[in-house]
Amino acid sequence: MTEASAFGASELAASVGVAPRRRHFARRHASLVAGGIILATFVVLALAAPWLPGDPLTMTPARRLTPPGSGFLLGTDALGRDVLARTIYGARVSLLVGFLVAATSIVIGLAIGLIAGAIRKADAPLMRLMDALMAIPAILLAIAMVSLTSASVTTVVIAITIPEVPRVVRLVRSVVLGVREQPYVEAAIAGGARLPKIILRHILPSTIPPLIVQATYICASAILVEASLSFLGAGSPPEIPSWGNMIASSRLYLARAPWTIFSPGIALALVVLAVNLVGDGLRDRLDPRLARRM
Amino acid sequence: MIAYVARRLASLIVVMALVGVCVFLLLHLAPGDPAAIIAGDNATPAQIAGIRTKLGLDEALPLQFLRWSGAVLSGDLGVSIFSNTPVTTLIGQRLEPTLSLALATLAFAVPVALVLGVLAAWRAGSSIDRASMIVAVTGFSAPAFVVGYLMIYVFAVTLKWFPVQGYTPIAENVADWARHLVLPALTLGLAYVALIARITRATMLEVLAEDYIRTAKAKGVATGPMLLKHALKNAGVPIITVIGIGVALLIGGVVITETVYNIPGIGRLVVDAISKRDYPIIQGVILVFSAVYVVINLVVDLSYTFIDPRIRY
Repeated sequence: MTEASAFGASELAASVGVAPRRRHFARRHASLVAGGIILATFVVLALAAPWLPGDPLTMTPARRLTPPGSGFLLGTDALGRDVLARTIYGARVSLLVGFLVAATSIVIGLAIGLIAGAIRKADAPLMRLMDALMAIPAILLAIAMVSLTSASVTTVVIAITIPEVPRVVRLVRSVVLGVREQPYVEAAIAGGARLPKIILRHILPSTIPPLIVQATYICASAILVEASLSFLGAGSPPEIPSWGNMIASSRLYLARAPWTIFSPGIALALVVLAVNLVGDGLRDRLDPRLARRM
Repeated sequence: MIAYVARRLASLIVVMALVGVCVFLLLHLAPGDPAAIIAGDNATPAQIAGIRTKLGLDEALPLQFLRWSGAVLSGDLGVSIFSNTPVTTLIGQRLEPTLSLALATLAFAVPVALVLGVLAAWRAGSSIDRASMIVAVTGFSAPAFVVGYLMIYVFAVTLKWFPVQGYTPIAENVADWARHLVLPALTLGLAYVALIARITRATMLEVLAEDYIRTAKAKGVATGPMLLKHALKNAGVPIITVIGIGVALLIGGVVITETVYNIPGIGRLVVDAISKRDYPIIQGVILVFSAVYVVINLVVDLSYTFIDPRIRY
């Protein structure tokens, strides 16, 4: 990890000319910089995928299970498809699901959390409902939803979002409960401000920094759950290459062609690691007291 | 105390009832006719009608819910569409492998995580601390199926120390049973170890900065008792809380680990039910696993009084 951050620091300094302040930033926020560089690399690859050489769907049966190197940088899978191209295309599904789940669960969780925190009557029933949603194991809920509809990226996003919402609600509610007693909020109430205005102008801003941090952790966990679902056959449909279904379709060839499993596996672990590093970095910068994932 | 337990039990019942409503509504909120979805694309109208009768989908929704929840409360989780066997029987048949895996995982993961966390806090910044950080980062980032195949590749395929996959019932051969559980338990436990080790380290760091630790050191308490009796015991409440919350991680992990290692447990039961769209099985397993999670967390909450006598309800 120190290697990655040292690399990140020199890269950054070189790209902006010698800027001591930037180098200082890179050293102080090593995890933010290292995670950001890994993540940015994957985002660029995912966006540029159609223009890169190699096609994820073309089969070359004559060269099935070719080891990495000759012609195919990461080898081919059991159907003779380019593992590197499939791994790059797999990043698209993972990053898209991660981003969409983070965005939707933050928006929905923020709305419910503000209501639960600000309106006392709504608090208890909403929180019991959230407890119930948290008690259902996320992967099983997603399996149930996917088994009732057809497998698609939209279903997967909805299925992963539902169990993430309660975490956001609890976080927002705890911030609201803390802020509600602050003198400036009391002053606003005494000044005759209406409830919606108090919530939006005086309470909402305090929830933003912890929510940004939470969004990165949700993104990381959504990428993991999507890959798990695709691996179990309840995620992205087989015609869309994703890291999970690549590993699932290659598992019989573990001993003969380990690259078919470990290329998407390492890519997956790297992306999740990068998102977690960005989250840790943001947490240290935005809110040192925020406990991780709780 | 009794009043508190009663209140917690009441809220547990409310939460489980809401879980039931969610699971029940899921089937009915799905777009389209649930019977047709479950029957699949090539079903005849007669098959669809058969499934509809079997699931009681002809009746009004509230009536269906009453009938269904009454059955669930009396221990009837419905009948598998595919095999026509009661879901409780199917779960019962698969209980032993899953329970073995869960207990093996807990037996290794909790002690390892505590030792790792305590040592990392005691020697913060040392190589032990960094090693525990690496375990934690890997545990949080590498999904169970990637770790699982890596372990199979290294320890089963290459080194041939352990069997590649499968399960031996404990009644058949105890040594074989244990050999088959080592890699799955390590795989399933990694994320759990990471979670508990990090929270142990964090709370221990706080406790080790307290005055009474300095006093203990000053009066010559040996390092071992100081770390365990003075520090770890006082760091107990957050750690136990996370051990309880982390069970959710284990439940999700069981499904994946059993698939990777081909263990015929409850997790595999669910995964096999996906392609057959056997919704009663999925529904039943969700209810059982959610109940396990909620009950474990209730026990955890009640255990606070034993760890910390200052907590009184």
